[in-house]
Amino acid sequence: MSALPAPLVELRAVSKRFERTLDLAERATRLLRPAAPAPAVHALDRVDLTVREGEVVGLVGESGCGKSTLGRIVARALSPSAGERLWKGRPYADFDSGRDRRERLAVQMIFQDPFASLNPRMRIVDIVGEAPAVHGLVRRRERDEYVAGVLQRVGLDPATMRRFPHQFSGGQRSRIGIARALAVEPRFLVCDEAVASLDVSIQAQVLNLFARLREELRLTYLFISHDLGVIRHLSDRVVVMYLGRVVESARAVDLFAAPNHPYTRALVDELPRMDLRRRSFVPIRGEIPSPLAPPSGCHFHPRCPHAFERCRHEAPALREVGEGHVSACHLNER
Amino acid sequence: MSAPLLEVEGLRMHFFTKAGVVKAVDDASFSLERGRILGLVGESGSGKSMTGYSILGLVDPPGRIVGGHIRFEGRDLVGLSNAQWRGLRGNRIAMIFQDPMMTLNPVLRIDTQMIEAVRAHHAVSRAEARDRSREALAKVGIAAPDERLRAYPHHLSGGMRQRVAIAIALLNRPALVIADEPTTALDVTIQGQILYEMQKLCRESATALIWITHDLSVIAGLADDVCVMYAGRIVESGSVDEVLDRPLHPYTRGLLESVPGRNAPGRPLPQIPGMAPSPLQSLDGCPFRPRCGRATEACRTQPPSQSFGTRRVRCAHPLA
Repeated sequence: MSALPAPLVELRAVSKRFERTLDLAERATRLLRPAAPAPAVHALDRVDLTVREGEVVGLVGESGCGKSTLGRIVARALSPSAGERLWKGRPYADFDSGRDRRERLAVQMIFQDPFASLNPRMRIVDIVGEAPAVHGLVRRRERDEYVAGVLQRVGLDPATMRRFPHQFSGGQRSRIGIARALAVEPRFLVCDEAVASLDVSIQAQVLNLFARLREELRLTYLFISHDLGVIRHLSDRVVVMYLGRVVESARAVDLFAAPNHPYTRALVDELPRMDLRRRSFVPIRGEIPSPLAPPSGCHFHPRCPHAFERCRHEAPALREVGEGHVSACHLNER
Repeated sequence: MSAPLLEVEGLRMHFFTKAGVVKAVDDASFSLERGRILGLVGESGSGKSMTGYSILGLVDPPGRIVGGHIRFEGRDLVGLSNAQWRGLRGNRIAMIFQDPMMTLNPVLRIDTQMIEAVRAHHAVSRAEARDRSREALAKVGIAAPDERLRAYPHHLSGGMRQRVAIAIALLNRPALVIADEPTTALDVTIQGQILYEMQKLCRESATALIWITHDLSVIAGLADDVCVMYAGRIVESGSVDEVLDRPLHPYTRGLLESVPGRNAPGRPLPQIPGMAPSPLQSLDGCPFRPRCGRATEACRTQPPSQSFGTRRVRCAHPLA
């Protein structure tokens, strides 16, 4: 399809394993019994992801599904164990040399906790102004003026720039985190649970800010959240993950109107709703398995109400079930 | 009509800090019948948790209950001695915290902790206490309760720990359970299961439940009645259907409208301007006044609580 804008970020079969360094006793055991496997978490298992210019992709899943790891890999905060990362069609490594600094700064990250992600000993002007000064985007003399402009853009009073983070409320601190990311003029923001810790009335303000910035600066977002209401509100396309794999991906309207994967269906049933009173159903039973020992075959099969023999042995691949709508479920072939 | 199980009247709980007096709970009144579920909803600093802690006598200095009554099963809990509280807590009134590790001791096995909780209030043998514990675990949906009894808290997942904490709260068949955001830290699919089970348990055992949360959709799916709190005051109360479908207080409506799921995707969310007042800043009149579109001169004096049928609202200009 020629109408689609060019991909900005592409991940191809990206995997990430976290291995614990062995302690002395474990190293000794390994000398005696070399067959013992090292404990490893497969946070991501051959994940593909494409984010096109100007798009908002919502990444949704529960704890341990690898959504934050994926976000960090996109934002260069982590390197993948295997697979390819492309920025505008070229490998990330191409931009590692000094000349392409602008391109390297083009992906920025916004973190969940507005308390932990700001240095309590730094003033706002330094938190926001440090990166653009270090990277030579502004001259030191002009820094304060530049920071004032960025703060204004996110709805903070520039007169407060000499204050410390503890002098701000949670919502204001979120805005400081956003200002810090915007200060290096990024094209792409990875927002990892960026509104999760905020009160509802403040969350609405920050979500509106994200929408306004997208328009004004023509930003592209990878918006990571466990809250389907937030994802639905903001995203053009939604990617659903479960235990390190993508299970479904579709345009937001299609995904919420016709979820295909049983896990997605359960999540959509849990969408925050005001009209549902004294609910008396449970969409899925059971606990999320440990990512240290994921179930065989389809990771979802122990909790899936429709699982059959094949699901226990064979991991389903993502297959097209509609236009731009893929789902990894064996039921689609029955 | 018999007296309700719990009747809170004009409750005031203040913190006396060096920086000034924080009116954490300011003139809160509500009542709760046996077997009913009351949602206490509000944003951070609204006083919802402190209201719950006051009912359980868990207010520590510099906090103090400075006025009002908490009548529970016919007696006033304000001013009970520590010994009297110990007889009540974990027995007639139980608490479930947001973090199950507030309830669970990390270095004791689940069975040790549960047996202790039973025997603190009832003269029964260890074997009988163990049987009761096993029963309680099974009731909250824990598979293989015998195995879990022998586990330590760190062996269990977050959702499982919360189930154990709930089982402990229900051990002595309390008349009232106060739950402070017990599902906030859990994944949505686990939250759904726990909400469903809590609701079932309360209906079956006629236990009254106060569910404290910031999440209106949880209240919608769980509670019979709701109290909306803002800056230490209950601004609106009534049945869930009335309050959520036809809010009378501008704050309640603002809160309902800012929930993303309700609105058309992509459209700007209606937002409440500004932010909650600092707890130290004591505003005369209605505390929501600076953020409210309907505020007038009349809001400079504290509006009285008005009744509309079974519901109450504290606003000089309620939405018709």
